[in-house]
Amino acid sequence: MSVLVFIESKNGKVTKAGLEAVSYGKRIGSTTAVTFGDIAESELATVGNYGADKVLVHRGINDVNDQQLTRMIASAAESCGADVIVVAQDQTGKAIAPRVAARLGAGHVSSAIDVPDTSNGFVVKTNVFSGKAFANISVNSSKKVISYMANSLPIVKGDGSAAVEEMSSDLGQAGITVKERKLQEGTVAPLPEAELVVSAGRGLKGPENWGMVEDLATTLGATTACSRPVADIGWRPHHEHVGQTGIAIRPNLYIAAGISGAIQHLAGVNGSKTIVVINTDAEAPFFKAADYGIVGDAFEVLPRLNEAFKKFQAGNN
Amino acid sequence: MKLLVCISKAPDTTAKIAFTDGNTKFDENGVQFIVNPYDEWYALVRALEIVEANGGTVTTITVGTAADDPTIRKALAIGATDAVRIDADPKDPYFVAKQIADYAQSNGFDIILTGKETINYNGAQVGAMVAEILDQPFVSLASKMDVAGNTATLEREISGGIEVLEVNTPFVISASKGMAEQRIPNMRGIMAARSKPLNVIPATACDDLTSVASYELPDAKADCRYVDPENMDELVNLLHTEAKVI
Repeated sequence: MSVLVFIESKNGKVTKAGLEAVSYGKRIGSTTAVTFGDIAESELATVGNYGADKVLVHRGINDVNDQQLTRMIASAAESCGADVIVVAQDQTGKAIAPRVAARLGAGHVSSAIDVPDTSNGFVVKTNVFSGKAFANISVNSSKKVISYMANSLPIVKGDGSAAVEEMSSDLGQAGITVKERKLQEGTVAPLPEAELVVSAGRGLKGPENWGMVEDLATTLGATTACSRPVADIGWRPHHEHVGQTGIAIRPNLYIAAGISGAIQHLAGVNGSKTIVVINTDAEAPFFKAADYGIVGDAFEVLPRLNEAFKKFQAGNN
Repeated sequence: MKLLVCISKAPDTTAKIAFTDGNTKFDENGVQFIVNPYDEWYALVRALEIVEANGGTVTTITVGTAADDPTIRKALAIGATDAVRIDADPKDPYFVAKQIADYAQSNGFDIILTGKETINYNGAQVGAMVAEILDQPFVSLASKMDVAGNTATLEREISGGIEVLEVNTPFVISASKGMAEQRIPNMRGIMAARSKPLNVIPATACDDLTSVASYELPDAKADCRYVDPENMDELVNLLHTEAKVI
């Protein structure tokens, strides 16, 4: 099968979500990547390490404009004869993947967590019911669009190099004018693609106590998250809220301190490979969903855990 | 302004998730259905606020069967002007988008709003598809929207932050948290909703591009392993050697 993967770059680097999507695409067939904006050819060539034979780049667009990107992807899909188009299931992906599908008359699969099963048609396993169940979606159209959930399959990295080609297709009018971009500080991975996440809830008693959460996250190189009540009362920014109404994540490690584990919170995090729960209440429902539980006070456990990680890291160096 | 809000029903967030008919259908037995929270709290309420400030109408549209009528009445009780139900069992997102786009095409709306996703299928698909069929801009995951004349200023969630953007009507958005506060319908609204128009319209022909082959529930989680709060070295060791995540 011929696969086209849409990738994005940030600060001159292809995003991890993009590289993951390429690695996923390679599992399905021969892969071409398509991207846009001001990004060095040498950086694009490294996408070959993740399985792309070729990278198409359109220099005529810099913002995430859904209509122009849709036209770009549709034109790239046509030029490389793609049967399957893969897009990362992130904020940009949500803006454009269903659009691309509608344009091409392709069936769209959202939140894919595995490669398509082609033994009987084309069936893709997806996350539904906010992570509480899976649906196997059968795609009946000849072309298919798949939105792939980060961290679902391991990244395969080789030493290939991709040929880079410029695209010059007409992208038409931009319907959206971007006025301003407010990006959060720091270099940690954004929540949807983070492999390690340290999260805390009301048990921390106040925003002034988040230092120990941030210290632990810094030691681990993890991204911080929080429960809904904490975002609602303004202790933490909304973009940190994970759960049913916030962001759904599936990191390798999710450490939750002072979060009881309401069903709506679990819905956003139960795709995590390993869950560590720290809570003073041994009856907290979160322990039922945890791999490792610590019945104890977060104010004592978090700093102790931070020291233990530091010791571990020092021993490994 | 003429606004169209896409409303879907969804199982209550605490509903037990189970399947019937050889794991091909969601088991609705004993499940309480609600208006999909993103459609209600964010899309519908913001649409109402906009027409309250600028004048106009808010029409809701639902692709569904008579089983959807109670949730549609709830949307009317919160304040929508009228409602449309396209009479069909919604199976495929493109099918749903096509029905909404066809209705919008023939009736003309300034802004079409959806919730950012439904809490059952989590597809986040219909809004973008409607926009593509209508060849209109789509602003996904919008957390703020102000309208002045035919120009709207919006904020949307992007990877690692927020983007401020401008777009002219007509356009389509998906609404996420921050857009508006939940409104509880009052008794007057509930009474008025009974007599507001709910127009049932036949579906237009459209192939299903996807279908659900089967559902699965996740494997039951193994029991939690408790670690002594005094001994975090042990936890780190387990995460390294057993879970292999660090």
